[in-house]
Amino acid sequence: MANNAMTSHDGAHDAHDDHEHHDTNGLKVFGFWLYLLSDCILFAMLFAVYVVLSQAYAGGPTGAEIFELNFVLVETALLLASSFTYGLAMLGMNRGDSSAVIKWLMITFACGAGFIAMEIYEFYHLIVNGQGPDKSAFLSAFFTLVGTHGLHVTVGLIWMALLIFQVKKKGLTEVHRGRLMMLSLFWHFLDVIWICVFTVVYLTGVML
Amino acid sequence: MLGKLTLEAIPYHEPIIMIVLAAVILGGAALVGFITVKKKWAYLWNEWFTSVDHKKIGMMYIIVALVMLIRGFSDAIMMRSQQMLASSGGQGYLPPDHYDQIFTAHGVIMIFFVAMPLVIGLINVVVPLQIGARDVAFPFLNSLSFWLFVVGALLVNISLGLGEFAKTGWLAYPPLSGANYSPGVGVDYWIWSLQISGVGTLLTGVNFIATILKMRAPGMSLMKMPVFTWTALCANVLIVAAFPILTATIAMLTLDRYLDFHFFTNDLGGNMMMYVNLIWAWGHPEVYILVLPVFGVFSEVIATFSKKKLFGYTSLVWATLVITVLSFIVWLHHYFTMGAGADVNAFFGIATMIISIPTGVKIFNWLFTMYRGRVEMTSPVLWTLGFIVTFTIGGMTGVLLAVPGANYVLHNSLFLIAHFHNVIIGGVVFGAMAGITYWFPKATGFMLCEKWGKRSFWFWITGFYLAFMPLYILGFMGMTRRLQHVDNPLWVPYLVVAFIGAVLILIGIACTVIQIAVSIKNRKQLQDTTGDIWGGRTLEWSTTSPAPFYNFAHEPQVSELDEFWEMKERGIEQEAKKPYAPIHMPRNAAAGVIISAFSLVFGFALIWHIWWMAVVGLVGMIATFIVRSFNYDIDYYVSVEEVERVEREGRERRALPSARTPNDTVVQG
Amino acid sequence: MSHSNNDHNDNHGSVKQYVTGLILSIILTIIPFGMVMMMDDPGVGVIWAIYGFAIAQVFVQLYFFLHLDGSKEQSWNVMAMLFTVVIVAIVVGGSIWIMIELNQNMMPI
Repeated sequence: MANNAMTSHDGAHDAHDDHEHHDTNGLKVFGFWLYLLSDCILFAMLFAVYVVLSQAYAGGPTGAEIFELNFVLVETALLLASSFTYGLAMLGMNRGDSSAVIKWLMITFACGAGFIAMEIYEFYHLIVNGQGPDKSAFLSAFFTLVGTHGLHVTVGLIWMALLIFQVKKKGLTEVHRGRLMMLSLFWHFLDVIWICVFTVVYLTGVML
Repeated sequence: MLGKLTLEAIPYHEPIIMIVLAAVILGGAALVGFITVKKKWAYLWNEWFTSVDHKKIGMMYIIVALVMLIRGFSDAIMMRSQQMLASSGGQGYLPPDHYDQIFTAHGVIMIFFVAMPLVIGLINVVVPLQIGARDVAFPFLNSLSFWLFVVGALLVNISLGLGEFAKTGWLAYPPLSGANYSPGVGVDYWIWSLQISGVGTLLTGVNFIATILKMRAPGMSLMKMPVFTWTALCANVLIVAAFPILTATIAMLTLDRYLDFHFFTNDLGGNMMMYVNLIWAWGHPEVYILVLPVFGVFSEVIATFSKKKLFGYTSLVWATLVITVLSFIVWLHHYFTMGAGADVNAFFGIATMIISIPTGVKIFNWLFTMYRGRVEMTSPVLWTLGFIVTFTIGGMTGVLLAVPGANYVLHNSLFLIAHFHNVIIGGVVFGAMAGITYWFPKATGFMLCEKWGKRSFWFWITGFYLAFMPLYILGFMGMTRRLQHVDNPLWVPYLVVAFIGAVLILIGIACTVIQIAVSIKNRKQLQDTTGDIWGGRTLEWSTTSPAPFYNFAHEPQVSELDEFWEMKERGIEQEAKKPYAPIHMPRNAAAGVIISAFSLVFGFALIWHIWWMAVVGLVGMIATFIVRSFNYDIDYYVSVEEVERVEREGRERRALPSARTPNDTVVQG
Repeated sequence: MSHSNNDHNDNHGSVKQYVTGLILSIILTIIPFGMVMMMDDPGVGVIWAIYGFAIAQVFVQLYFFLHLDGSKEQSWNVMAMLFTVVIVAIVVGGSIWIMIELNQNMMPI
């Protein structure tokens, strides 16, 4: 069936030859991909600001003083593992195995929640030590960039919880498959952003 | 309980505002009463507010834009009159505090709530019809986009009667817009109205890229797309690429103001120059988001009324693509004087001059299309001719401003003001007027009255030249922008002429309002029964006017550029004989309105620091989204009988007399 | 109706692909972390190196997790992404260049 609306080269033939079943999922995933690219530009701006302000310590702490690489390595491991387990959930979806999807999504959720818990701990720890975002432009940029990523992960977690519930209730319907694919893109995308975060913020930060 | 909101927030001491408020409240009450008496609420809710039909959404965009045009223009004429009265020692009638809000509101409203919705409205009405699609890719998101935009417009208008608007200029540069120097709610109104409507714009961008790339009729390859669709595609690509920059920048300013961050503050390492850099990295592409689609409008209008194929279609498409990319490498020309140094200024100055080349290419495309064509002087053509002349002048003053050395003299002077009004009025406004007149019959089923349309054009164009040519001169004489009063009798005559120009534009706007009223009154005589009132070339003219809600009973098959023209050459009749099939359509959705209503609560609460209410708004938005995600019944099939009924009515209408046939040069009404 | 089995997300997905992606990602994470954590005084060369590893890992994840490749059905996705990369490069690179020049000219230390 013509479900390659999102992938046909000039979109002209397949998208329409059966209008009655136009490939909603393909179209949705493509639209979501466009949204992710715009999100990518949003992150790029936060990175640009972070780089420009990365040495505006204003008498406050430097990156080398506040970043704990061991801690960040564990966060990275959690996120990377969750990306992998989400992939396994997608393989379950391809087999039509909804219990595998739910199982792997729950594991993914746990990893993501662990990541968020660690990030909240890190932020809390900094703020009670008087190293909050109001102390210097560097800290403002740091909290905003890392926090925006964390906010995205949180949204992803809420969405994942909702999807686990929906798949449990109604199974792997066409609509749910589309949503699983979109969340998959979102989740892997956040992992890609995190690669840039740990490189530009943490690894570079301790060297400056 | 209510944060910073108290009764003091109502500006009792400003008689002008109070009178306007009274008028708005009375007018609003009259409108609500009228709708209630006529029992039209259910109709409005079911047929319009919850509609996901791209044509209706497009029309609503344009209606809101025209209302906001009146609001934005009121600001303009107040500024012109204030400067006329307060330039030789007088104080005028607007105190500085109020004047600053007016010039800020004018800029914000005209760009975000007039120009943007005019362009997006036209894209909504026309693009799916031009590509032979039945709706946009994501009809529900389209409705949500519209309502989020409405919330932005509402917030700006609420600021008139509750609190104040920003006094910072339309881009709210820090540190002036920071919490220290703008402690009031004005900047917060600015922030939340732009953030909320900006999300809507971004969704529109995603929606139309997906629509244009994935939902074209079979056979319509990229190089067979109508030019307006091409320019709409490029504009939406720019939206998706540029609006996140605005979102991020305003979000950082928000953090500075609300949570004491230090991105753009004077102290603790903040860098306000970064704000200026970022806001223009959005701001320059924004200019092309507005102007590219109207280039498309002019191309359609010129080809149709010259009865010729557009000259150099391929070069026009490539020029559009080149502009799309180049529009991202010129942004520094908005702040040459900030001190980036000679090499940076030279790079961006040259890039700016280069971008005028593809624009020049387009001008020649239009000129050569008219050359030896039989150009019909309808009002869309008048707007187009007015555009070609006016925009060329504006473009040349732009190239002058692109010279960094000259820019040091002209920066922030009235020369700059004259320049960008020259391109935005001469380009976007004239284009929107041409587009509205051209596609009005397709959206509504009847034409706009030509007589009043032409009057509107002549008042607009004379008014424009009288209002803005003096500003070029005043710029050279050293008058800077945003002056509430100044003591220089030499400038007064120019300001008087500029004021007269503004009055003529007012008459032009009045002519448009009259035009719409007269046309609605005479809609029987102005009816377009043919569906192809101008002798069009592209697919939107192949269906009835107004287009049925499913646009096309049979999916068009495309083999040529200007497919409908070719179809007419081949003979249309044989196309209509095929049997109908059920049509898959989206259901109306109330969720867009509800989510936007919660976003209004959310934005309003944050402006006034009413935290509990902000939580209500946020939770309401998320909850509505989640509830909607459990609704699996979002589309349906239109039965063959229904399609047959609608098509039969369309054919019956064709038998009636039409206000105009394609070859008819005499226009009634 | 067959579900989008030629969609880029589940198109070429296999356990082997995900495992390969995971292992490569782990390697490309451990090395830069190790370089920075082990070295006493890392120089500019190290910064370039860790950026190189990051870019490599981004490509690994795009290919093995997001399944982006050069196939024909992916062309719009890839084209949209390339456009985004160009815009990001222009705006981020341009902004940093402009801000460095501004700092040199306007905020001499």
